Amino acid sequence: MPALPIPFLTHGRRLTAAAGVLALAACDGPQSTLTPAGVGAERIADLWWWMFGGAVVIWVVVIGLAVYATRFGTGRHDVRRARLLIIGAGAVFPTVVLTALLIWGLRLMPVLRPPTGDAAVRVEVEGLRWWWRVTYVTPDGRRIPLANEIRLPVGQMAAFTLTSPDVIHSFWIPSLGGKMDMIPGRVTELALEPTRTGVFRGACAEYCGTSHALMQFGVEVLEPAAFDDWLATQAAPAEAPASPEAARGRELFLAFGCGACHAVRGTPADGTIGPDLTHVGGRLTLGAGILPNDPAAFARWIGDTHEVKPDAEMPPFGMLPAADLRALALYLDGLT
Amino acid sequence: MSDDTETRRAAAQAERLLTAWKTPTGWRYWSAVNNSEVGLWYTTVAFAFFFFAGILGLLIRAQLAVPGNDFLDADTYNQVFTLHGTVMMFLFAVPIFEAFSIMILPEMLGARDLPFPRLSAYGFWSFLIGGVFVCGSILFDAAPKGGWFMYPPLTTEYQDGVGVDIWLLGLSFIEVASIAAAVELIVGILKCRPPGMRINLMPLYAWYLLVVAAMILFAFPPLITGDLLFEMQRAFDWPFFDPDRGGDPLLWQHLFWIFGHPEVYIIFLPAIALVATMVPVFARRPIVGYSWIVLAAVGTGFISFGLWVHHMYTTGLPGLTLGFFSAASVAVAIPTGIQIFCFVATALAGRVIASTPMLYVSGALAIFVIGGLTGVMVALAPFDFQVHDTYFIVAHVHYVLVGGVVFPVTGAFYYFYPLAGGKTLSDRLGRIAFWLMFSGFNIAFLPMHLTGLRGMPRRVFTYEGGVGFDVLNLVSSIGAFILAAGFAVFLWDVLRPKGRQPYSPRNPWNAGTLEWLGEMPDKPWGVRSIPVIESRNPLWDQPNLVRDVDAGRFYLPDAEELKRETLVTSILDAEPIQCLRVPGPTFLTMGAAAGTGGVFIFSTYHWWWLAGLSGVLALGMVLTWLWTGTALIPEKPAKDVGLGTTLPLYKSGPQSVGWWAMFITMMGDMTAFAGLVFGYYFYWTIHEDFPPDPAAGPGVAWPLTALGLFLAAWLLTVLARRWNAGGRRQSFFAALGLACLLTVAGTAALATGPAVTGLDPTAHVYPATVWVLVLWVGIHAAVGVVMLLYCIARGFAGKLTPQWDIDIHVVTLFWHFLAVTVLVTVATLAGFPLVA
Repeated sequence: MPALPIPFLTHGRRLTAAAGVLALAACDGPQSTLTPAGVGAERIADLWWWMFGGAVVIWVVVIGLAVYATRFGTGRHDVRRARLLIIGAGAVFPTVVLTALLIWGLRLMPVLRPPTGDAAVRVEVEGLRWWWRVTYVTPDGRRIPLANEIRLPVGQMAAFTLTSPDVIHSFWIPSLGGKMDMIPGRVTELALEPTRTGVFRGACAEYCGTSHALMQFGVEVLEPAAFDDWLATQAAPAEAPASPEAARGRELFLAFGCGACHAVRGTPADGTIGPDLTHVGGRLTLGAGILPNDPAAFARWIGDTHEVKPDAEMPPFGMLPAADLRALALYLDGLT
Repeated sequence: MSDDTETRRAAAQAERLLTAWKTPTGWRYWSAVNNSEVGLWYTTVAFAFFFFAGILGLLIRAQLAVPGNDFLDADTYNQVFTLHGTVMMFLFAVPIFEAFSIMILPEMLGARDLPFPRLSAYGFWSFLIGGVFVCGSILFDAAPKGGWFMYPPLTTEYQDGVGVDIWLLGLSFIEVASIAAAVELIVGILKCRPPGMRINLMPLYAWYLLVVAAMILFAFPPLITGDLLFEMQRAFDWPFFDPDRGGDPLLWQHLFWIFGHPEVYIIFLPAIALVATMVPVFARRPIVGYSWIVLAAVGTGFISFGLWVHHMYTTGLPGLTLGFFSAASVAVAIPTGIQIFCFVATALAGRVIASTPMLYVSGALAIFVIGGLTGVMVALAPFDFQVHDTYFIVAHVHYVLVGGVVFPVTGAFYYFYPLAGGKTLSDRLGRIAFWLMFSGFNIAFLPMHLTGLRGMPRRVFTYEGGVGFDVLNLVSSIGAFILAAGFAVFLWDVLRPKGRQPYSPRNPWNAGTLEWLGEMPDKPWGVRSIPVIESRNPLWDQPNLVRDVDAGRFYLPDAEELKRETLVTSILDAEPIQCLRVPGPTFLTMGAAAGTGGVFIFSTYHWWWLAGLSGVLALGMVLTWLWTGTALIPEKPAKDVGLGTTLPLYKSGPQSVGWWAMFITMMGDMTAFAGLVFGYYFYWTIHEDFPPDPAAGPGVAWPLTALGLFLAAWLLTVLARRWNAGGRRQSFFAALGLACLLTVAGTAALATGPAVTGLDPTAHVYPATVWVLVLWVGIHAAVGVVMLLYCIARGFAGKLTPQWDIDIHVVTLFWHFLAVTVLVTVATLAGFPLVA
C-alpha cells in the first residue's frame, strides 16, 4: 500500500501503544462491547453470550436436520411425521424460546435506561461535524466546557444530555454501554455507570458525512478522588506559558485570530465555534480521537487540517512559517 | 384421412398462433412487449446492476483491507458505499423478482402473457433509464453520499451537489416501475390463471408473489411521499425536516422505514418462493404444508409492517414503544421458521436428488439461518443499543440478503435457465461457482460480527490500527474477493458460447408445474393451448397433459383473427369469463418511459422547462398508448375459445382487468396520501408549535368551497357514467364538461385558502404541510381532468359508447378515490386547526 496519510498511523504510537497494552490484557480492544467496563455493557454482553450459545446450538440442529433430511433420512419418514416437524420445530419451539428471550430482554430495559435524577455526574454533549462539545455541569450549577473527551468516576452513575446543532450523530462508548443518537431539534439522554477504571474509546455511530470515520473521543474511568481532581483542573483557567517559545505561541494564537473560534479561559480568546482549548494539552487525544497529544500532532493538525480530517470546519494554517507552527504547537501542548 | 385433416388443421392453427405472437425482428426487436422478451431484458439488466454494485463492494473491501488506507478518499468512499447499498437494494433485489416473475409467472399460470404487457415494458424501460442515471452518477463524482437511507438533515442541508437529488428522483422513478409491476402481477395472478386452477391450487410462487405485490402497494408509497417532502425541501426550501422551522428529521426515518422494513420481506419472500418452487421438484414429491406456507407468507407480510421502529431503537423513543416493536420484531421469526421447516419436512418425506440448484438452496439455508438468528438478537432493543450501526449489522444484513436472496436467485438461475434459451448451464461450473461463493461469503462476512462487537461503526472510510479491527478486516477483504471469483465463474457459465451444446430435454428437472410445459426452445406463444387444471402439480398428476396441450385440445388453440389473446378467469374458482386481447409490440412504452425519465432527470438539475416538455411528451405517449391499445371495441362481442365455450371479448366495470388495475393503483395512491396526512398529524403530536397559530390556517370558507366543487364534479362523473349507459349522450358530454370546469374551480379554491391567509411554505413546516396537501390534490385534480377530457374525446370518436364503456367506469373509480382524497384534505386543513 502507498504512503499512509492518516496521521494516527504515522504518529499515533502513544495512543496505539496504550491501546495495544489494553488489547492484550482484555483480548479485544478498548472499543469492544465484549470487554465491558460499565453496568449496561456488562448486562448486554451477558445477553450476547447466552444468545450466541443458543444460536450456535439452533444452527447446528437445523442444519443437521436439513442434512439428515436430504442425505440420510430421505424416504424413511411419512408425511405425518414431517408435519409434526413443522409444528414442533417451526411453530412451538420458536414461540417458547422467543417469548423467554423477549422477557429477558425487556427486563433489562429499566437497567439500561434508569431514571437519572440522582446521577452523580451530569454531562452535556453536543455532537458536531466532526467533534464533541462536552460540558460538565456541577451540582452547584457551574458549567465546565471541554471537548472530545469524557472522564468519569468509577462506580457512579453519569447522566448525559445529548444534542446536535447540525446533523444526526450517535454517542457511543462501547465498553460502558449502548449508544444514543444526537438529533437536531431534540434532546436525548443516556445513563452510564462505569464498573472499573481504565482508558477506553468512544465513537460516533451514526453516519454524519465526510469525516464520520474520524469522529471519536477518548474515555477514561478514574477513581472518584482522581476524577474530582481532574474536574477541578478543568474548571481552572489556563496556565501561563512555560517557555519563551510557548509565550510567543500564545501571542501568535491571539494575533492570528484563533480566539474567534476557540476559547482559552484566562486569555482574551473566547470563541465558541470550535472546541474550548483551555486544557487541550492534557487531553487523551487530539482532533476528536484521531491524533496523539504531542507538539508534532498539534503542528500537523494546524497545518494540514484537511489532510487529517477532510472537510473539517477549521481552515488550515499551512501557510505559516514552520517556526510559528512550532511555537503554536508548543503553546497548545503546554495547556495541560 | 380424418387424422390427416386433423393434423393439417392443427398445423394451420399453430401457424396463425405463431404469426400473432411473433417476436419482432431487427431493430424492431426492442419494441417487443411480450413477457418472455421483457422478462429476459429485465433479468439481464438487474444482474448487470448487481455486478456493478458488486464491484463497488470490492472497492469498499479494498479500502478497508488495512487500517488507514488511502486507496479511496473519504468523499469517494462515501459515494461508493451509498451507491453499493442503493443499487443492491433498489436496482437488483427488488427488480430481480419483478424480472423473474414477468418471465415465468405467465408460464406457470399457463397464460400467454400478463394482462398489461405494455405496462411491463414501460416498467422495464423506466427501470433501465433510472438505473443507468443513478449508477452513472459516480463516474462524474456526483453520486449520492448520504447512505442508502439518506437521513436528513445531513442530506437536506449539508450535502451540496445533485447526488441527493439523483438518489431521490432516480429512485422515485424506479419506485413507479415497481408499483407498475405490482399492479401487473396482482391482476395477472388473480385474473389470468388457467381454467380450473382454483386459488388453492396455485403454485406457491404465485401465492408469494401475490403477497409481495400487495406489500409493494402499501410499502413503496410512503417512501414516495417521503421523497416528495424531501425534494420539496431540497428544491424549494420547504422545511419538512428542518428543526429550526418546526420540521423534524425523524419524520423521514419513520417514512423511510415504514417502507424499508417491509422492503426486506418484499425482497426475501420471492426468493423463498423460488425455494418453494425448487424443493418439491428435487424432493420428488409435492410440498408438505402448502397451506402452512401460504399462511406463513401472509403472516410475514402483515407483521413486516409493524417492525419499522426497530431501525430506530437508538433515537430515544419511549421504553414502551421499544418493548412493543421488540416483541413484533421477534415474532416475525415464527412464520419464517415455519416456512423453513416446511422445506425440511418436504425433503424428509420425499427422496431428495442432488443437483446444482439444490446445492444453492442448501447454501442459502445455511447462510440465511445465521442471518435469521442474528436478526432475533438485534430485534431485542437492549442488544441493539450496542450493535446498532456497527459491522454486526453489516454482517446481519448480508447474511439475510445473500442467504435469503442471492443464493436462492442464483440457484433459480441454474434451474430456470433452460426456459430462456433451451440450453442448460454447466453443472461443473455451477458447483465450482457455488463453493467459491459459499466459502468466500462466509470468510468475508462471518468475521464482521466480531468486528462489530469489538466496536467498529459501519460506514467508516477507514479505521485505526491496533484497536482490534485489523486482522478481521483483512480476512473479510480476502473473503470478498473469493466471493467475487465465484460470481466470475457464474458469469462465464452464463456468457460462454453454447452454440454446439444440444438443447435441453423438455421439462429437464421433471417438475410438476406448468412453466415446464413448453418445448425446448420454447415458442413465443407461451403455451400451445391453455389447459384445464385439476392439481397443484399438473405435469405429475394429469396424464397426457403435455400431449393434449400440444395437440391444441384445450382453450384458445387458434388465433383466427391473428390477435394476441389469453384467458381471463374468475378470482377464486378460475372459471373462464373473458377472452382478453392483449396489445402487441410498440415503441410507445419506450417513449413514455423516456418522457417520464426526462421529468425526473431534468428536475434533478432544475431544468424545469425541459422537465415540463418531457412531461408533455410522456403524457402524449401514454395517451396514444391508451387510445390505440386499450378498451378496443371488438369486431364481435364474443368468440368460441374451444372446448365448446364461447366467451365475451369485452368486459366492463369490475369485471374488466382495467378496473382492477385502477383499483389496485389507487390503493397505492391512497397509501401515499395517508403518508402525507400521517406527516401532518406526526408534527402535531410531536411538536407543541404545530400548528403555530391556529388562526393563521387556511380558514374554513375556501376549503369548504373547494370541497363542494370537487364533490359536485365527482357526482357529475358518476351521473355521466349512468347517463352514458342509459344512452343519454348529450347529458353525458355536458356532465363531463361541467365536471372539468368544477374541478379547475375547486383546485383554485383550495389554493386560495392558504394564499389569502398568507401561508408561506418556506417560513415554517405548518404552511409547508398545508401547501403540500394542496399540491397533492392539485396534481390529482389535473389527472382527473385529463381523464374526463379523454372520456369526452373517446365519446366523440365513437370509442366510448353505451355498450362499450370501460373508460368511463375506470375514470369514475379514479374519481371515487379523488373525492375521498379531497374530503380528508379539507377536513384536515380546515377542521383540524379548529380542534387543535
